[in-house]
Amino acid sequence: MKLVLHNLTKSFATHRVLDGLSGDFGEPRSLALIGPSGGGKSTLLRIIAGLETPDAGTVTLEGEALAFADEEKLRAHRRRLGVVFQAFNLFSHLTALANLTLPLEKVHGLSASEAEHLAREALRRFHLADHAHKKPAQLSGGQQQRVAIARAIAIKPRLLLFDEPTSALDPEMTAEVLEVIEELKDEGRDFLLVTHEMGFARHVADRVAFLADGRIVEHAPAEELFGTPRSPECRDFLARILKY
Amino acid sequence: MISALRSAFFADDRAPASPLARAASFALALGLLSLVCSGALAALSYHWSWGPVWDFRRLFWNGWLTTIGIAALALPLSCLLGLAFALLRRSSFLPLRYVARIYVEITRGTPLLVQIYFYWYIFGQQLPRDSRFLAGAVILSLFSGAYLSEIIRAGIDGVGRSQLESARAIGFTRAQTYRYVIFPQALRRILPPFAGEFASIIKNSSLLSVLGIEEFALAAGTVSSQTYSYFESYLPVALGYLLLTLPISLWTQSLEKRARFET
Repeated sequence: MKLVLHNLTKSFATHRVLDGLSGDFGEPRSLALIGPSGGGKSTLLRIIAGLETPDAGTVTLEGEALAFADEEKLRAHRRRLGVVFQAFNLFSHLTALANLTLPLEKVHGLSASEAEHLAREALRRFHLADHAHKKPAQLSGGQQQRVAIARAIAIKPRLLLFDEPTSALDPEMTAEVLEVIEELKDEGRDFLLVTHEMGFARHVADRVAFLADGRIVEHAPAEELFGTPRSPECRDFLARILKY
Repeated sequence: MISALRSAFFADDRAPASPLARAASFALALGLLSLVCSGALAALSYHWSWGPVWDFRRLFWNGWLTTIGIAALALPLSCLLGLAFALLRRSSFLPLRYVARIYVEITRGTPLLVQIYFYWYIFGQQLPRDSRFLAGAVILSLFSGAYLSEIIRAGIDGVGRSQLESARAIGFTRAQTYRYVIFPQALRRILPPFAGEFASIIKNSSLLSVLGIEEFALAAGTVSSQTYSYFESYLPVALGYLLLTLPISLWTQSLEKRARFET
């Protein structure tokens, strides 16, 4: 993924969440965003996903600037991404299978049979074939999140965005979801991950960016950032978080 | 002995009643109520005379059919109006929002009878006389539409933010989000209160008698003024309305039960 952020600013009411955030990450396959809560990680991900409009600044993905003022273009941008949310966000009235086929049919124009074929394949991949006809409420959190990942993958996105995908899960389910993300990495998929799982970020991301107070304080290859953080903020953060 | 009585007449969530116990209690309740009613009538020393009323049976029958006709027109029409105003209240064009809001507040805040007169004297006068039936159904729909629009609005508002977020992230347009996410989810929540409002529409149609529409309640009025048999004229009317509203009420309850299981 080629991602360049320039001078992004975003405020909610009087609270400035992003404060002139910039970053040129080169061309990592996978990028993890870490940092203290309220530092702007999720807001940044939502801006990159085309779900939030920055007050100022630009996002350039694969050499293309996102057109935040043009809803039509923004929608086209969203269609090429797969977003996985903290709270799974599966459509509660639809079965697991229908959660996958709905976007394939209605957004990507596949026929019903093509969509079902692709959807079943994606569910099988994540060992969810037996759950195809269950509603989200009948699935465990880990299963729901894997269905959400399957839904994101099924459309063959150019980039996957994970917004704290394991924050709502217990440790066992966290492991089953992290395993899936790791598989995707091994497959060579591009993704951007907001996470509190430091060990996992270090393990799975090519590059890690540390966000605090609405800015990217530093970013570096994973080993480097976790091994020898340069900024005092990042050093403090890692020391605090890795203490226990 | 006491425990047998207990299980025959008492129930709670842990020990639901058996069908037999429920039937027995139902019969008992019905019996008690009839006893009270017949006692009250006996105190009046009322003399029943069904003969003259029976002679007007065609009038009742036609009135009942007219009521069904009005309801059949008003139900879909009020749904359409309700949906339209619910959507207007979510319009991004602010003046439209307020049009919907003012309409809903005024309609819900004033008696139907007053509205019937108002609409009739302002608009109805220009209409040909034989269009009363249609005008009545429209007035009733305008009234119920306001209530239905509030039910629909609450149903739409009840759809979680995460669901809308997901729909946007997937790349749905606004129309697609309504079609595939909001409406199907809102419908489950809306149906039980909707069915209740349907029963109200049927009952409220009785007020249209003030326009001289020959529906069920007017039939009873006509008959009672000619026979002086008030109970005999209005009892069939009560039964006739119950015949229409009870199935809806039972349907509502089954919908509520299903909605509980689904979540």
